[in-house]
Amino acid sequence: MSNEIIKPAKSMTSAAAKDTSPALDFGHAWDYAPAPEATDHVKIQPRYELFIGGKWRAPKSGKYFQTISPSTEQVLSEVAEGNAADVDLAVRAARQAYDKVWSKMKPAERAKYIFRISRAIQEKARELAIVESMDGGKPIKESRDVDVPLAAAHFFYHAGWADKLDYAFHGRRHRALGVAGQIIPWNFPLLMAAWKIAPALACGNTVVLKPAETTPLTALLLAQIFEEAELPAGVVNIVTGAGETGAAVAGHPDVNKVAFTGSTGVGKRIQRALAGSNKRLTLELGGKAANIVFADAPLDQAIEGIVNGIYFNQGHVCCAGSRLLVEESVHDIVVKKLRDRLQTLRLGDPLDKNTDVGAINSKMQLDKIKQLVEAGEHEGAQRYSAPCAIPQKGYWFPPTFFTGVSQSSRIAREEIFGPVLTVLTFRTPDEAIEKANNTMYGLSAGIWTDKGAKIFWMATRLQAGVVWGNTYNKFDPSSPFGGYKESGFGREGGRQGLSAYVELE
Amino acid sequence: MASKKHAPPPAPAATQTVETRAHEDLVSDTYSDNGALARVLGRGAEQGRVTVNKAYKMYVGGAFVRSESGRYFQVKGGEGGVGVDPDTVNVPRGSRKDARDAVLAAKNAHAGWASRTAFNRGQILYRLAEVMESRKEELRLSLVRSGESDAAATEEVLRAIDRVVYYAGFCDKVHALVASHNPVAGPHFGFSIPEPMGVVAVLAPERPALLGLVSTLLPVLTGANTAVVVASDADPRTAVVFCECLATSDLPGGVANVLLGHAKELAPALAKHREVIAVDAWTDDADLRATLEKEGADNVKRVKTHAPLKTAGWLDERSGQGLGWIERFLETKTVWHPVGV
Amino acid sequence: MSSILGNGNGHGARSSGNGGPRAPVYPLFTSPPPPVDQVAVEERAASLAKRSIKKATKVAGLRLAIRMMDLTTLEGKDTAGKVRALCNKAMLPLDKDPSIGPCAAICVYPNLVPTAKQALAGSGVKVASVATAFPSGQSPLSVKLEDTRRAVDLGADEIDMVIDRGAMLAGDYAKVYDEIAATKEASGAAHLKVILETGELGSYDVVRRASEIAIAAGGDFIKTSTGKIQPAATPPVTLVMLEAIRDHFYATGRKIGMKPAGGVRTAKQALHYLVLVKETLGDAWLTPDLFRFGASALLNDVLMQLEKERTGNYQAGEDFSKD
Repeated sequence: MSNEIIKPAKSMTSAAAKDTSPALDFGHAWDYAPAPEATDHVKIQPRYELFIGGKWRAPKSGKYFQTISPSTEQVLSEVAEGNAADVDLAVRAARQAYDKVWSKMKPAERAKYIFRISRAIQEKARELAIVESMDGGKPIKESRDVDVPLAAAHFFYHAGWADKLDYAFHGRRHRALGVAGQIIPWNFPLLMAAWKIAPALACGNTVVLKPAETTPLTALLLAQIFEEAELPAGVVNIVTGAGETGAAVAGHPDVNKVAFTGSTGVGKRIQRALAGSNKRLTLELGGKAANIVFADAPLDQAIEGIVNGIYFNQGHVCCAGSRLLVEESVHDIVVKKLRDRLQTLRLGDPLDKNTDVGAINSKMQLDKIKQLVEAGEHEGAQRYSAPCAIPQKGYWFPPTFFTGVSQSSRIAREEIFGPVLTVLTFRTPDEAIEKANNTMYGLSAGIWTDKGAKIFWMATRLQAGVVWGNTYNKFDPSSPFGGYKESGFGREGGRQGLSAYVELE
Repeated sequence: MASKKHAPPPAPAATQTVETRAHEDLVSDTYSDNGALARVLGRGAEQGRVTVNKAYKMYVGGAFVRSESGRYFQVKGGEGGVGVDPDTVNVPRGSRKDARDAVLAAKNAHAGWASRTAFNRGQILYRLAEVMESRKEELRLSLVRSGESDAAATEEVLRAIDRVVYYAGFCDKVHALVASHNPVAGPHFGFSIPEPMGVVAVLAPERPALLGLVSTLLPVLTGANTAVVVASDADPRTAVVFCECLATSDLPGGVANVLLGHAKELAPALAKHREVIAVDAWTDDADLRATLEKEGADNVKRVKTHAPLKTAGWLDERSGQGLGWIERFLETKTVWHPVGV
Repeated sequence: MSSILGNGNGHGARSSGNGGPRAPVYPLFTSPPPPVDQVAVEERAASLAKRSIKKATKVAGLRLAIRMMDLTTLEGKDTAGKVRALCNKAMLPLDKDPSIGPCAAICVYPNLVPTAKQALAGSGVKVASVATAFPSGQSPLSVKLEDTRRAVDLGADEIDMVIDRGAMLAGDYAKVYDEIAATKEASGAAHLKVILETGELGSYDVVRRASEIAIAAGGDFIKTSTGKIQPAATPPVTLVMLEAIRDHFYATGRKIGMKPAGGVRTAKQALHYLVLVKETLGDAWLTPDLFRFGASALLNDVLMQLEKERTGNYQAGEDFSKD
């Protein structure tokens, strides 16, 4: 990683109100030396084939695509591009594995394979974290402390359900659905694979998984783990590729269930395409969450919650707290604190252990972020971007927030999926609820107040599948996650998440 | 029906049957001596009195309304020959705008319905059962009028009332069964609770007209949703009698709205409406099911479609009711909070 | 607000015994301080502890940490000999490298102030004395003030006082405030560090409130602990106090110093405290004028780490003088 830093980002890019109050100086009196994670023990193959029926197969398409590191633009590997014929092969492998092995296996035996997978992820945690950060651009501290441990935890949690499903549905008889086609996004590649695969296997289904085209590598490492765990051939098949590959998975007539995590636009297309097919469907789509800060909140911790809410994983988080709703009486101090806090965010090499904000996942995503930020500026909102240096190569966007934003503004309504926060104000709890719910999305929300009764009052009124009170962006396999409204349907995690993978009688 | 003394205005069935038949004889003989009088009095007349016929209307926002479109469709008055209705009855044929009005009524009623205590919702639904019990003869007659046998109609009405009681008692049990405390790996208290989705559109099965309607509507209401139902167009009149039960129970206006008309016209309109969050469609028409699934995608609706159960399936307590029916239209809300001092 | 503030609001509700003008009252003091969420503040402190401090950053941080140290001995068995040895260590922590150090101060009981003052003469190393019936503070105010005045008379450059934790927990914030204000007055030109003894305060909310009272009453530094109570300094409690300092700075522009004391034993811990300061208050606080470590065992571990960085080899404890 010899990525030269060339230009300091413009700090305050639009006219912000003059602040003459005492200012803190977050300079370079004692700066942190680079602390890159060692990568010498990590092996990335020059080429990856499709993982079908327990074997690595060259794609029938004959095509491969490159996966690059968004922080250096270097090619990491080339990966097979599965076409409809490849997907068909994978679905047939999954069907055979379902019919001949997986549906016949005692649940307790199924569980042990899933436990094995969890353990292997823990054993290879460092390697997985490094590859995740290289392929996707996320800071190593996040892949190391969040993505990989949670992925292992999801397999461990669901393994234990496999032989206890009789308790999960209040005595109702349940059976597996068959073959699950699963399409996952690029923001948490390994973790989303775990969220999808673990409950499917625990409930007795077999899987065809299509990873995102910009971040296929950790799913392929996971396939290697399946091999090492001696998971029966065909139980999980990994078919890499882009949108067409995903469409082939969702559209395959022998797929019984489709699980998709991604944009609301694509989710709607899948829902339409599946109409009349009798396939079961769960969707985990976009969000534009309100993170609501009351004047009586623990403000310094709320600032951390705001930062974690929107700048975690460069804001590539469907449940990101992208709309800050702050009680008008504390707006100025919150903005002041936030601005100071942004100065301490460290943007750069995702493999540096001190990096807080990594690279934007792809050029396409970077362009989308830039376009929406321009729209925000054009609409007259005041922009503040952290004054961090931007590396010369790769895709980067400095942590940014907008004040003076109106509820009708594009940046207040559209999901930016980047490190860009919009700051809005409210005067009363009713107004906070009204503004928070004034969106087609309903995935998550945050509430910051010291008053317990107000937390519950707010929590019951917020139309969101996950409500974080005095915290944000917390995840756990035992905790159901999923959206209201156009953020999708179905839950992942917890007992509630199991029902997406069984037929109940 | 055992309690004849509680029967609705028309005379008890047996007597009426005889009388009506007598009238039919007279009416058929148009040019007999008494023909003129018979023509004046018409069917259903008793004791030399002209009957007051019921105008069948849809139930929207707690009021009985005609279609804004002015359209109607006709059902035959009384094949069983027991009704007070004339030969041909005009029933409003709901339009897309009626559907919109109903959705609006359901939307406006939702916050109030959802904010009532579960206990209170249970009491209100139980009150509905009480009202139905007191009108069971009328419900039964209506089913017979639409062609059900006497025995089948009786069984359907009794099952329907019991099903309402079943769901009335479920209102304050759902949370205990489906909510969870989530033992997250950290210093946080986490729990997941069921919440209503909002406005649910229901396409009730053609038959059984009453039990099908009750079986599909009640679980939606039990989950604190509000509903817009497209009732059976094979027997719209029973749906209206049921609506009269809704109207005289304590159910707030707008919580349950019942449209009459053609499923193919109304159901897609509801599936397209962005204020509707879920659809529960019971129809044999596979194309219609697919259409609803497709139209619902515009706002990521939760569209559940089913081929209707057989009559025995609706009657059966195992297959025709249950927690799963309620759960279909619940969202799970997960809440996290730190545990600290 | 009076019910929240207890028996008074700090505006001179009781006489300090000396009369005279009062320190200016911090405006926020009249309203309850912002709440502190325990889990979130501990999470933040823990995340900052994960900063990777290597190579040049590590060396610079450790050298800075030494210059921020209040080398401390506060024992019944303290003697002139012990204190003189400690003073020598403070002036020249590592005999083979005079560029390291000196420490910021020596911290002793009042009786040993003259010894320290003499040993440190001309070195620039300050003499700090605990006072106000340290460590419990459970003496009449007149005794505490006399204790303070005597320490200053004996030559103390800095006074480390303790607050009345009993009064703090009883809600008698005015008493806490007035005693600090009076001690500030009694300290004269000496810098006043106010020890909150956070290990006895029970929650971060009370720590935050005590910090605001100490700052409002005229403390130059706020300090976590006496070292006699567990837990002593911790990163989250330090973070809470740094946040109080930050809010005071935002409101007034006045810079208050911070001193975690007790429990800081390793070089790694010291670096993490520096990270807390750097990322909470910024560069201006990375100076002995505004940040101190109260420690006795910390110095040798820091020296060991510095030698390790210099030579590339792990060091043995016996290679460093034990004073």
